Amino acid sequence: MIRRKEFDKDLEELRSTLQQMGEHVTDALGGAIVALQTLDTARAQEIVKADLTLNAMEDKIMDIGSRLIITQQPVAKDLRRIIVAFKISSDLERMGDLALDVAKVTMRIQGQQLIKPLVDIPRMAEIVNKMIDEAIQAYLDENTDLAYKMAQDDDQVDHLYSGMINELYTNLVAHPDALSQTMLLTLVGRYIERIADHATNIGESVVYLVTGKRPDLNQ
Amino acid sequence: MKSIIDIEKLDLYYESFHALKAMDLQIPEKQVTAFIGPSGCGKSTLLRTLNRMNDMIPGTRIEGSVTIGGKNIYSDEVEVESLRKQVGMVFQQPNPFPKSIYDNVAYGPRLHGTRSKAELDVLVEQSLRQAALWEEVKDFLKKSALSLSGGQQQRLCIARALAVQPDILLMDEATSALDPVSTLKIEELVQELRSEYTIVMVTHNMHQAARVSGRTVFFLNGVIVEAADTEQLFANPKDSRTEDYISGRFG
Repeated sequence: MIRRKEFDKDLEELRSTLQQMGEHVTDALGGAIVALQTLDTARAQEIVKADLTLNAMEDKIMDIGSRLIITQQPVAKDLRRIIVAFKISSDLERMGDLALDVAKVTMRIQGQQLIKPLVDIPRMAEIVNKMIDEAIQAYLDENTDLAYKMAQDDDQVDHLYSGMINELYTNLVAHPDALSQTMLLTLVGRYIERIADHATNIGESVVYLVTGKRPDLNQ
Repeated sequence: MKSIIDIEKLDLYYESFHALKAMDLQIPEKQVTAFIGPSGCGKSTLLRTLNRMNDMIPGTRIEGSVTIGGKNIYSDEVEVESLRKQVGMVFQQPNPFPKSIYDNVAYGPRLHGTRSKAELDVLVEQSLRQAALWEEVKDFLKKSALSLSGGQQQRLCIARALAVQPDILLMDEATSALDPVSTLKIEELVQELRSEYTIVMVTHNMHQAARVSGRTVFFLNGVIVEAADTEQLFANPKDSRTEDYISGRFG
C-alpha cells in the first residue's frame, strides 16, 4: 500500500526535475544556435560542459523512480507517472546530447565565415524550443490536447528541414568549395529535427500517462 | 467467459444494517477471482454468501439470487451440506481438527459416506499432493495436524477442502496469518489449482490480488464498484474510486 504523503512528495520531485531538464534543454539549444550564428566557440564549449548537469538530472529521475517502485509498489496512474518520468527524462537527455552536437558544429567551423546567414535553422530551433516548453507543460498539466499539438509542430519542423536541405544543396552547386560547411549545417538541421521528434515522444508519453493508451504522434 | 456463479440483485441485511446492496456479479469458471476493498466493504460477507455461511448469523436476511451451476443456492431444494461439499472454504486462521493429518483430510469424504480404506488412502494422497503438502508429510500421516507449522496447517486445510472434490474453493484472507514464504507457497498452489477449480479469494493484500487472480472485484460500502480483468483493474481502472483505493488514497 502506498504511503501517500511520501509518494506525492517524491512525485513532485520527479515533476520539478523534469521541468528543470526541459528548461536546461531549451537553454542549451537556444545557446547553441546563438553560438553558431555568432561563431562564438567559448559559448559552445559552455554548452558542452553543461550537458553533465542534464545527465545527472536523468540519473536523479531514475533513482527516485526506482525507489518509489521498490518501496511503494505503485499501480495504475501512479505507476504510469513513474514509467513516463523515465521515458521523458531519457528523451530530454537525448535532446540535450543533440543540442550539444549543434554546439560542437560551431567548434568545428571555427575560423571560417558562415557560407550564408542562417534563417531556417534559427526558425526551426525557435519552434522546437516552443515544442519543448509545451511538451513539458502538457506533462505538468496532464493536458492531452497540448500533447497532440506536438504532431502538428513536428510537421512544421520537418517541412522547414526539407526546405533547408534543398536550399543548401542549391547553394552547394554554386559554391562547391563550401562542401564541408554545407554538410555540417545539414547535420545541424538534422539534429534539430531529431530534437523535435523527441519532443513529440514526450507528447506521446503524456497521452499514455493520462489515458493508458499509446498513440503514435511521430508519423 | 463462462460463469459458474451468477449473483443477481443481491441484498443482504444484518438486522437493519444493509451490508450488500443490489449486487450483480458473474464469477467465471476455473479462474481465480479476488475480492478487494477496505474493511467493512462487504467482500467477506459476499464470500460467505456463496456457501451460505451467513445462515449461521441470526438476523441475516437475503434478497435476490445466487446461482451456482444453474441452481439458486437459496432455494428450498438446496441442502446446505451438499452445497458446502460443492463450495469449500479456507479461513484466515488455519483450523485443522485436533486429529491426525490423515484423519483431517479423510474427514470430509467419511462424512459424505466414503468408508473404504483403499479409497480414502487414494483421496488423502491426491488431496495432499494437490495442496503441495504430500512430500512434507507422507511419512507422518498419523502425526497430529497441530504439530505442523502454520503454513503447513493452512495447506492441510486446503487439502481437507479439496478432499470432498468441490467445484469452488473460497479463501477468506487465507494467507494473512502466514509468513511470506508460506504465503508464496499458497499463492503458487492457487496458481496450480485454478485449472481445476474456481477460486474466489478475499484479500487485504492488493499485490496478492494482482499476482494471483485473473479477475478482481472492488467493493466499497456494500456496493460492487468495479469488476474487471485483474490487469485492467490495476493498470487502468475505469472508476475513479477504484483508482483512489488501489493508489492508497483511502481505505
